[in-house]
Amino acid sequence: MDANTHHRTRLPIRAKLATTVGDAAASVSRLAGKGDGSVIGGRIGLRLEPDLLALLAAGRQVVLVTGTNGKTTTTRLITAALAPLGGQIASNIYGANMDAGAVSALSRTPDARIAVLETDEKYIPSMVRATGPRVVTLLNLSRDQMDRAAEIWLLARRWREALAAAPDCRVVANADDPLVAWAAGASRQVTWVAAGQAWREDSWCCPNCGAHLQRDGDDWSCRECGLRRPPVSWMLYDDEVIDPSGRSTPLELALPGRANRANAVVALAVAEAFGVRLAQALREIRDVTSVAGRYTQVSRRGVDIRLLLAKNPAGWLEALDVVAPAPAPVLLAVNAQGPDGRDTSWLWDVDFRRLRGRTVLVGGERRLDLAVRLEADEVQFRLVSTIDEAVDAVRTGSANLEVLANYTAFQQYRTALGRVQ
Amino acid sequence: MRPLRLVWIYPDLLSTYGDRGNVLVLERRARLRGIPVEIIEVNSDQQVPRDGDIYLMGGGEDLPQTLATRRLLADGGLHAAAERGAVVFAVCAGYQMMGVEFGGADDTPVQGLGLLDIRSGRGEQRAVGEIVADVDPGLNVGRLTGFENHQGVTRLGPGVRPLARTEVGTGNGDGTEGSYAGRVLGTYLHGPALVRNPNLADLLLFWAVGPLPPFPPEAEELAKRLRAERLAAAVPQ
Repeated sequence: MDANTHHRTRLPIRAKLATTVGDAAASVSRLAGKGDGSVIGGRIGLRLEPDLLALLAAGRQVVLVTGTNGKTTTTRLITAALAPLGGQIASNIYGANMDAGAVSALSRTPDARIAVLETDEKYIPSMVRATGPRVVTLLNLSRDQMDRAAEIWLLARRWREALAAAPDCRVVANADDPLVAWAAGASRQVTWVAAGQAWREDSWCCPNCGAHLQRDGDDWSCRECGLRRPPVSWMLYDDEVIDPSGRSTPLELALPGRANRANAVVALAVAEAFGVRLAQALREIRDVTSVAGRYTQVSRRGVDIRLLLAKNPAGWLEALDVVAPAPAPVLLAVNAQGPDGRDTSWLWDVDFRRLRGRTVLVGGERRLDLAVRLEADEVQFRLVSTIDEAVDAVRTGSANLEVLANYTAFQQYRTALGRVQ
Repeated sequence: MRPLRLVWIYPDLLSTYGDRGNVLVLERRARLRGIPVEIIEVNSDQQVPRDGDIYLMGGGEDLPQTLATRRLLADGGLHAAAERGAVVFAVCAGYQMMGVEFGGADDTPVQGLGLLDIRSGRGEQRAVGEIVADVDPGLNVGRLTGFENHQGVTRLGPGVRPLARTEVGTGNGDGTEGSYAGRVLGTYLHGPALVRNPNLADLLLFWAVGPLPPFPPEAEELAKRLRAERLAAAVPQ
C-alpha cells in the first residue's frame, strides 16, 4: 500500500474514485507526451466530484499565491522557505494554476500537511472558499492578456470581497501596489510588504474612488477619499530585506532581478507566518536557481543562452531590467496563441528604447508585430525564424545570448533546446 | 514650422490596451514627412489644452470610462477644440464616450460627451477577436484590420456616417464599424488601431495639416507586411 492509497482510505468513496480516475487519466496524458497530465487528471476528478478540491484540502494548511506576475517563482520560493518545517509540501509546480491543477497537486501528495498553490487571479474567490487557506499572498495586479482575462479593477474587487469573507485567513500583500493594497484592505489580518512596483501604468488612479493618486517615491495616497499606502512590516531595500524587527539582511539570491528579490521578501513574510526563522528560510531560498526553465543557462554551439519568460507589459519591464547589459545580444520573441493572449496590443505598452544601440534579434510567430513596435522605438533589429538562426547570428561576436519570450514562444525555445529545467 | 500638437487624453484612466501605439504611429508618420511633433499627455487631474491639433482617446474599464467622461464634460477643453475643427480620434471605450450616452457599470446609461450622434449599450456577448472592415470609400482608407474586445452595441444616429462595413468581427453590432462626423472619428478597433492601418493615420494627419508629402517607401515596408499578414490570417480565403 503506497502513501497515495493510504490517504484515499480517508476520503469519501466518490472522491476516492474521482482521484483514482483522475490520476489514471494524468498517467495516460503523460505517456502520450501531452505535458505532465496535471490539468486533465484534475479536470476529470472534479467532474466526478465537484467538492473534490475542498475534500482534498481539508485538514491541510494551504497557502494561495496570486498576482499578475511572479506567481510561479514565488510559489517555488515559499515552498523552499517552508522546507525547514519538515515533511512533504504539496505544490502545483508545473504552473497549472486553476482548480484542476490544484486538485492534481493535492491528490498526488496525500500526506503533505502543507500546500502552496499558485492560483490564477480569477480563481481566488472559488479557491479561498474551497480550501480555507491559512495564508493568501497577493503580489501585484496589472494588465495581462486582456482578450481572456478579467479587467483588473474588477479582479481587485472580487479579491477584496473574497478575502473580507475569510476572517481566519492571513493576507500577505504588496503595499506598494495600490490595487493590491485596496483588495487586501478589507481583510482582518494583513502582513504588508513593501515589495515595490516598477510598472505603474495601471495604478495612477485610486481603486476606491478613481481620483488621480498622489505619488512620492513608493508612497501613494488619494486626496479625495483618503486611501493610502499602509504602513509596512517587511521591506525590500535594494538587495536587502528589512524584517519586522527593523534588521536588514542581504538577500544574495541565485535568481536575478528586482522582481525576484521582491518575491523572496514576500516568501520570507509567509515563512514567518508559519514560524520559520528568517535565516533558515533565506538559506533555502538562496538555493533556488531556476524555476520551470526560467533563468536557466544552456549552451548551444558554444553560445550560452539564458531564457527569461515575460507575458505582459509589467513582466517585460522587469525582465528587460534583468537582461545582461550591452554588448550581450538579446533575442526577443512573441507568440499570440491562446495562453499568450491572441492580442498583441500590449507590445505598445512596453518601452523598448533602452535596447537602442544593441544587437537585437526578433523571433516568434508574431515577430512582425514586434518588429513594427521596435521600429517605432528606433531600435535596430534582425528577424530570425528559429533559435538556431539566432545562435548563428551572434556566435562569431558573442559568447552569450539573452532570450526574452512570452509564454508559448518560451516553451517552443525550451523544447528546441532540449526541455531545459 | 509650428509643431503638430498631439494631445493624448487621460492616459492615467484611458490606456488599457497599448493605446500609446496611436500616439507613436502619428508621431512617426508626421516626422517621416518632416513635420515636427509635440506630444502632450494630459492626466485626469490636469486641464485639457484647447489648442491641440489631434486629440487621442483610448480604452478603459467601466468605472474609469465613466469618471473620464464626467471630467471631460466639466473641463470643456475637448469640446472647445472639436468646435474649432480639431481632429478627435477615439477607440473602444473612448469611442463610446464620444456618443450621446453609453452603458456604464451594470449597463446603467451614462451621459456621453455628445461629440458623435451615437448611443451605446451593452450587448449579449463580448466581441473578442480580429476585426476586418471596409472603410467608407469617400475616405480613401481601404480596409481596416485590428483587434476588438468589447461588449458594446452602438446605434448610429443621422448625424454620423458609419466608418466602415464589417467583414469579420462585430464592430457596432449592426454590420457597420465605427463612425465619424466632420473630423471626429471613433472605432471599436482597440489599442494601437493605427499600427496596422497607416492610411487611417494619414487621414487624421491630412485633416490636421492638409496635403501630406510622400516619404521613402522602405520606411513603411514592415508595417505593410504586418498589415498583409494580419489580413490574410483574419479573412477566410
